[in-house]
Amino acid sequence: MAVRARGVPIATKFGRGATWTVVTMMGLAMLVPFLWMIMTSLRTDAEAFAWPPRMISWPLRWENYPEAWKIAPFGRFFLNSLIVSVCVTAGSLTVNSLAAFGFAKYEFRGRNALFLGLLATLMIPSQVTMIPSFLLLKQLAWLDTYTGLIVPGLAGAFGIFFLRQYMLTIPDDYLDAARMDGASEYRIFGQIVVPLAKPAIATLGVFTFLGAWNDFLGPLIVVKSDDMRTLPLAISALSAGHYVMSWPLLMAGASFVVIPVLIVYFLAQRYFVDGIALGGLKG
Amino acid sequence: MKPRRVRNAWGWEFIAPALLLVTLFVIVPCFWGIGLSFTQFDGIAPANFVGIENYARLKDDPLILSTLVNTAFYVLLTLPTGLVLSLAIAMALHQKWFRGRSWVRAIYFLPNVTSLAAVAFVWEWLLNPEYGLINAGLRGLGFKALGWLSDPTLAMPTVAAVSVWHGVGFSVLIYLAGLRSIPEEVHEAARIDGASSWQCFRNVTWPLLTPTTMFLTIMGVIGGFQVFQSVYIMTGGGPLDRTRVYLYYLWQSAFQNLDFGYASAMSVLLFGIVMTLTILQRRYYNRRLQTWQ
Repeated sequence: MAVRARGVPIATKFGRGATWTVVTMMGLAMLVPFLWMIMTSLRTDAEAFAWPPRMISWPLRWENYPEAWKIAPFGRFFLNSLIVSVCVTAGSLTVNSLAAFGFAKYEFRGRNALFLGLLATLMIPSQVTMIPSFLLLKQLAWLDTYTGLIVPGLAGAFGIFFLRQYMLTIPDDYLDAARMDGASEYRIFGQIVVPLAKPAIATLGVFTFLGAWNDFLGPLIVVKSDDMRTLPLAISALSAGHYVMSWPLLMAGASFVVIPVLIVYFLAQRYFVDGIALGGLKG
Repeated sequence: MKPRRVRNAWGWEFIAPALLLVTLFVIVPCFWGIGLSFTQFDGIAPANFVGIENYARLKDDPLILSTLVNTAFYVLLTLPTGLVLSLAIAMALHQKWFRGRSWVRAIYFLPNVTSLAAVAFVWEWLLNPEYGLINAGLRGLGFKALGWLSDPTLAMPTVAAVSVWHGVGFSVLIYLAGLRSIPEEVHEAARIDGASSWQCFRNVTWPLLTPTTMFLTIMGVIGGFQVFQSVYIMTGGGPLDRTRVYLYYLWQSAFQNLDFGYASAMSVLLFGIVMTLTILQRRYYNRRLQTWQ
């Protein structure tokens, strides 16, 4: 009989301890790039190139942040990213939840065929539509505009599918009861369906926002002038010209993109983690 | 209350905006793209119909083959590593005795929510040959510094490693969801029959995770063939074209060489390859599922 401590054999306990240590340490190692980004952003050029490298160089140079903010028009880039992400999120949630409601709760002719057709568009990779979308935006004179950055991002069968599945679970009786009371169909949507589907809408919203905030290839194709750049594009422009600039300032620039997302992530963690388990989101 | 028939017409009104957007930005571009692949078009002069000439060019272009090989190499590097790592991590985080598991899970997923462009740029600094943290660590341990992104043999594995770092948390979450869906009794039954923990994993957990593994493999292949950002930021396709992947070449053909017809043919080929691979994988996994049932 193995020696037991609190009901668990010592050997097992040892194995668990080792597993815990390895998995946790590896997890912490995942954070090193972020730590190094922040630490580099708080030092002078000379300290960044010092040997041996130090984790923290005192005194911390907070001035790098305002300085980096001035070197490139980061205020403008930040605003661009914010406008695009907020509009894409608000717009696509509105359009997709309306469509999801239509598909879930009305039995019009051709509904099933249309829904299947919509699902089939999920198989079309964005690379196939990339070039024609660019040409279409060019025709519409939407290149290098907010409209061009926002409108193509509103279309998407996945959001409709995701919300429809959730809305199917809302009992029809609720809707009929409201109809008896004389509520219009729009009112039923706004005051009954949307509040009940809130968890699904919130999850989808978080991922839509992130997708728009981090999107790279889309803006790369649409944006022509410096003023219309979103943050990821600004970073890529910086990286292309990094021989003229200092790594501490460049890392401060990268922080402008990464840190807001990290803050939101820690505040809304459960929407991220549960959302993925919920529906293989981001798929 | 209006009769059902009248009310159902509302459905059309609700789906109309979404339908219009999907038609305009997905369906029309899809057919337009196929049409473009039979033309020569520089984006300014009217498109010329050239038949299957673009497809004939694909066959003779050595860069098509070499960028496809690079892409396949990338998939072979990222996919198995990502699957093994994420399954091992998920198996550990699934255990009830694992302290602080929700925090560790959140940490693994963290890189996934950040902009790949920004973190690829941070990695460029970490991997800097002279001043980067990684080479400093190597030197400190008495090893030689390496040109992670400038050495032709090392560049692609480095790009792949950054991708695994960025994406592993997603697979961990998917595997955790898969593990949660396996009923506790199945494992108990196996243990009562005297199965060791390895046997339990090999003959119970792993087969029951097949749908999850299938999902992750298919997503991994599709995602792998779409690798772009990390290459764009970290290597620009170099050194010696070793990290020039298919989508990067496609993007160059379209937006740098303004060869839209040829690039469209490339995108149709990409679609075909990804489609075929997806169907083959589905077949393989479905057969495996059947033999176990």
